[in-house]
This record gives sequence, C-alpha cells and structure tokens, in this order.
Amino acid sequence: MGDQEVKLFSLWASPFGKRVEIALKIKGIKYEYFEEDLSNKSSELLKYNPVHKKLPVLLHNGKPVCESLVILEYIDETWKSERSLLPEDPYARAMARFWAKFIDDKCIAAMWGARKNSEGQEEGIEELTEHLKTLENELKGKKFFGGDEIGLVDITADLIALWLGVLLELKGIELLTKEKFPRLCEWIDDYLDHQIIKETLPDRETYRDFLLKAKF
Amino acid sequence: MVSKSGVTVVGAFFSPFVNRVQIALNLKSVEFDYIEETLSSKSDVLLRCNPICKTVPVLIHDDKSICESLVIVQYIDQVWTENGYCILPSDPYDRAVARFWAAFVDDKMVPMLKELIVAPEEGKAAIKERIGEGLVLLEEAFTKISEGKAYFGGNNIGYLDIALGSCLEFIKATGKLCGLELVEPAKTPNLVGWAARFTSNEAVKNVLPEIDRFVEVLKRIQARAKAFPDRKSWPYLPPQ
Repeated sequence: MGDQEVKLFSLWASPFGKRVEIALKIKGIKYEYFEEDLSNKSSELLKYNPVHKKLPVLLHNGKPVCESLVILEYIDETWKSERSLLPEDPYARAMARFWAKFIDDKCIAAMWGARKNSEGQEEGIEELTEHLKTLENELKGKKFFGGDEIGLVDITADLIALWLGVLLELKGIELLTKEKFPRLCEWIDDYLDHQIIKETLPDRETYRDFLLKAKF
Repeated sequence: MVSKSGVTVVGAFFSPFVNRVQIALNLKSVEFDYIEETLSSKSDVLLRCNPICKTVPVLIHDDKSICESLVIVQYIDQVWTENGYCILPSDPYDRAVARFWAAFVDDKMVPMLKELIVAPEEGKAAIKERIGEGLVLLEEAFTKISEGKAYFGGNNIGYLDIALGSCLEFIKATGKLCGLELVEPAKTPNLVGWAARFTSNEAVKNVLPEIDRFVEVLKRIQARAKAFPDRKSWPYLPPQ
C-alpha cells in the first residue's frame, strides 16, 4: 500500500489504542501518532468520531475508522500483503472473531465488576474466574491464541496480559496465578516478551503508577 | 445431528440475532434445518454442540459450531459463494463502516431497548429519547452510506441491513409493549422507507417474528425482571 497517510489518535494508557499500534507494527505500517487529552478532546477527535467521541481513531488518507476491533480488521484487509492477523480458513476466522468478542464483551464486563469496592466485586471476581478458565482451556496446545504467532485474539487480549494483572494487584485480588492458570500465565510471559509487544505496551510500573494516581 | 444440507440453525423465533443468521442463509440460497430452542431450559443440542456458546443463535455446519450472530453472518458470507451474493461490501473502508454501525446497533441500540422494557414507568421517557437520538444517527448513516440506493448495502441487502433490519420487529414490539412510538417518521423518513423495503424482501419476510407473539415474549421477560430483581441479566431466567 506504499506510503499512504496513516494517523492514529490514541491514549498511551489505553489497551484499545495499543491494540491498533501492535497491529500497525506487525504489518510494518508507518504512522503518525497523536496523543489525546480526554479532559480536552481535540477538534480532530470530535470531527472523526462524532458518534462516540472515543479513542482510538485511525485516519487513513483522511478517512476515519473507529472502534478497535473494527480498526484491526480494517488494517488486516487493507494491508493484505503483510502477515495476516486473522486466519484464512473460514471456521478458524470465525473462532478468532468469537474469542475477540468474548474478551471484549465478557472479560471487560467482569473486570469492571471486579473493580468495584462493594458487593458487586465478589460477583465480578466469580465471573472473571469463569472467563479466565475458558481462556485457559482455549490456550491448551498453543503458544499463542493465534497459534505459533500472535494474531487478532492475542492483540485483543492485551488487556488480559497487562491491564488485568495491574488491576488485580492494586485491588489485592489474588486470581491470576501460575497455580490457578498455568497456561494463561505462560501466555502472558511469552506475549509480554514478544518484540513488538515489548516496544508498544507501557511498562507495568508506569501503568501501575498511572492507575494509582487516577485513584482506580 | 446431521441435516441434509449439513447446516443447522439453533435459534429462538423472536431473537433478532437468530433472524440475522436465517436472513443471511436465505440470501445465499443455503438450505438449512432449524431447531427452536426454549430458553427456559437449554436443550441437549445447545449444551452439546458448543460448551462456550450458551445462547442462540448457533450455526452448526458439518459438525462445527459457531456462535455470535455477526460472526456467523461473516462466516456464511465467506463460505457460501456459489450464488454470487456478497453480504459484506468488497472495499475494506466500506466494510469498516458497516462493521462500525453494526457494533453501534449491538452495543448501543439493543441495550437501550432492553433497558426500556424493564425500566419503571417514570424512567421510560428518558430512554425513549435516547433511542430516538440513536435512530437519528442511523438515519444520517443511512443517507450517507446508501448513496440514494435502496439499502445500506446498495441495491441489495448487506451486512448492516441485516444487523439493523433484524431489530426492526424488536423495536416495534418494545414500543407496543411500552405504549410508546419509538420511531418518528418525521425525524427518520429514509430509515422508515428502508425498513418497509427490508421487511418485505423475499429473504426476510418469512423470518421476522409476528409482532404480537413477540410482544408476549417481551411481556414474560418484563414480568420476570420485576418478580426477580436479583436476577441481573436479560432475559432474567433463573440460574441454570
């Protein structure tokens, strides 16, 4: 696709924004990054995502694409000659989409639940435990969700790899342990050790401090 | 279980998500068997075919199970190509736009409708207004995306038509149940025209549920939500 103008409006602390950066880097796409300030949304953000006014927004040749999973598929379909993020086989492709949705719908909801300081928290933790068990099962026999290499599901699961661990630590919830979830913890280690992931995700300490300051 | 075509849909007649799958298969001229699932007690089929998919729709194709309606629709689009019908647009940007608005329907419109059904009387007006605002956004989207043609997908029904169109009876039934007019033709004239075309289309007309049957189902859900306030999620069934 050559040197076409690619811009990304995002937040360094957002797992959704980081997904897009990971995908762009896997594909070797050059892009210009714009850090947004949510307390003072830029006029560009309001122009490019008038419906949700949220990040990330990918701008490709002036045309905006919003919603991280939509952006990931757009990137995969537009820059086809580079390594695929989704499998070609229809069933495997459907499964990848299913797991991405599972993480985005079910896991995030459970994480919000676990975040609460009230009785809602126990229910949230229960739900989260169930979902992590499901993911643990899915990882059996595979290095990554995508197989030997990271794919759509691994990219989507960035919030499991980094954000979840930090959140649980700050809340004093011992859940994501090697004893309870050996495969998942192994996946997290391999994932965070991956070259592109290492250079894209914020480091754990920085993120932890950010959450503490944000009075999470 | 094996159907003659190797394709089975496990569904519930009133579910817009199930209807999406049926419409997609019809557009692709794929014959399929249909199993009606009663959500109050999950059948062996549902529990057996995919332990992760706890709800309808489920597409069973050659013993493989797929769930999540929009994932299924995209699967159908990719697998069955003989009749040349394309559900998703071919251009990646147009696909992204279609996916964005389909996600809007699922993440914003559907939850608002569910919220309205179980909301106390005094809270209903505010939700109705939000639904109206959502419909206006969809009207604008339709005007832009259709470029004067009959459907979001152009001359033929496409991905976004299926995603939103499958919810038309849901919107109607919710309105009827709550005694509210959710669609205002003056504010969304193009959408109203599109809705009439969509619901009368060959691939759609025998799929969408009959409105009064749908209202009865919603009445039951509404009653359960009221009677069992500790059950937090739609459709407020007891734990299984």
